Amino acid sequence: MSKIFEVPLYPYKRSPDQDAAKPVRRKVVVIGAGPIGLGAAIEMAQAGIEVVILDDNDKVSFGSRAICFAKRPLEILDRLGCGHPMVEKGVEWDVGKVFFDERQVYEFNLMPEKGHEFPAFINLQQYYFEEYLVNRVRELEAEGAPIEIRGRNKVSAVGTHPDHVTLDIDTPEGAYNLEADWLIACDGATSPTRSMLGKDFVGRVFEDNFLIADVIMEADFPTERWFWFDPPFNRGQSALLHKQPDNVWRIDLQLGWDIDKEREKRPENVIPRLKEMLGEDVKFELEWTSIYTFQCRRMEQFRHGRVLFAGDAAHQVSPFGARGANSGLQDTDNLGWKLKLVIEGKAPDSLLDSYNDERVYGADENILNSTRSTDFITPKSDVSRMFRDAVLDLSERFEFARPLVNSGRLSVPCTYDGSSLNSADALAGPHATRPGSSCPDAPLGDGYLLPRLGNKFILLTIDADAPDLIEEDGIEVTRLALSVKDDPTLALKQRYLGDAESAVYLIRPDQHVAARRPSFDENLFRAAIRRATGKE
Amino acid sequence: MPDLNLTPNIDGADDFYAELLATHEGLSNADSQALNARLILLLANHIGDRAVLSGALKAAALT
Repeated sequence: MSKIFEVPLYPYKRSPDQDAAKPVRRKVVVIGAGPIGLGAAIEMAQAGIEVVILDDNDKVSFGSRAICFAKRPLEILDRLGCGHPMVEKGVEWDVGKVFFDERQVYEFNLMPEKGHEFPAFINLQQYYFEEYLVNRVRELEAEGAPIEIRGRNKVSAVGTHPDHVTLDIDTPEGAYNLEADWLIACDGATSPTRSMLGKDFVGRVFEDNFLIADVIMEADFPTERWFWFDPPFNRGQSALLHKQPDNVWRIDLQLGWDIDKEREKRPENVIPRLKEMLGEDVKFELEWTSIYTFQCRRMEQFRHGRVLFAGDAAHQVSPFGARGANSGLQDTDNLGWKLKLVIEGKAPDSLLDSYNDERVYGADENILNSTRSTDFITPKSDVSRMFRDAVLDLSERFEFARPLVNSGRLSVPCTYDGSSLNSADALAGPHATRPGSSCPDAPLGDGYLLPRLGNKFILLTIDADAPDLIEEDGIEVTRLALSVKDDPTLALKQRYLGDAESAVYLIRPDQHVAARRPSFDENLFRAAIRRATGKE
Repeated sequence: MPDLNLTPNIDGADDFYAELLATHEGLSNADSQALNARLILLLANHIGDRAVLSGALKAAALT
């Protein structure tokens, strides 16, 4: 049986652009049809902006790769029209167990907060994730949206100019040239675009190898994340077991630095390791194996004139914490609305610099967290290992040590504290919804808050008066009028009012808070709108 | 007198842990051990309470 990742999903098709007398100019070109490139392109097309996706391949990702998707990206994907199919297919999990040597030292429950439409996490193979995004691209095409995906279109040269970008593209039928007003590079950690532009990518290399094995098995292991430090079946190293849909289980085994990769990857060497871990009697089949090493690093700047880098092309983290694909989707969510306003002439070009500033800030947070997790999981000095083992020993008996156990700090949305788009906080409200925060969801009768915010500027009023529509220099802001009474569970009150009686929030199209006050003040909110669009 | 606190009590636990390891960065094992000894004595003096210190010694022994 051929697997989903072995079948061409967007096979090469000749484009009229290849026969044009002179290079055709497109509005936006995205390089890379991975999770981030597809997400960026869907966002553009939904906003009615012409977009062409180029990929040197024609299939979804080979193997499961990224498998753990967090609530915030699922909320973003819902706005892109694919959140629900992913949640329906994905595996939800809340419980994690930590083992040290031969013992379980403790168990945790993520205990997701109630009153959110989307779960804290789902596990879903990257190939399904990409398939749903490609389906969405096809759906948009059928509706006549200006989106196109070109398989086996490999970009071989990028030329940058003040007002456009030129591209040399190789195809199975020869080369052609294309121009773009804007280029979004989502071509992964080894980004050829980054190399072609000669941009830096600096950071820390971790000298370690991990074996990923996806196995198909009918096993009665529960749907939990199991993490081992120094287990008998992988002495001195770590291991992870996590469930994916279709009875596929992800197994990660740390191998150390000084190994023969080709040898370790062979089934005759992988299978005995897995048997030792799973038990002799468990029947399983290998779906995919891979050996990876990783680095924690980022580009100094994510914006270079008309070229914008997103996802792994811009920043790379260790896999612990699921901060790769999850942060990449937050990149394109941040970029999409800004690029749209700049293209439409409703915001200055400098608004795109705030994409760089906010997402570099987000990347640094992710790099810090994933570096710390890596240092805990793979201690690089005797003293580091001694403290790590002390924490694990203590965690079995004493609750205090458990927050120090770091097998991955799971992805949470970044709060853009200090962003130039924020207005000073003028509400004595909850810390979690201060300017810069991503809006937490809340139940509203039959539905939820976030779908009501959508992807445009919103003036959210809670027990406060304000005009239904404000227009400030081309930016339309629509009011969403709510009352604490709309949510009998009081989540809306707890998350947006706290001790305040009323509140007015200015919310950006990426559902981050730009400003908040106890009541509406026309001059101050007009100033906040200008500020949130890079105009002051 | 309070008992030994065995529930989480450090704000920004990850920051603390990173700072702890950074303090050891580049030290030989002997120098790290000496640093740990000085650190224990400093913290013990800060705690002061003999009953709490005895409780901590017992807890650390894992007996």
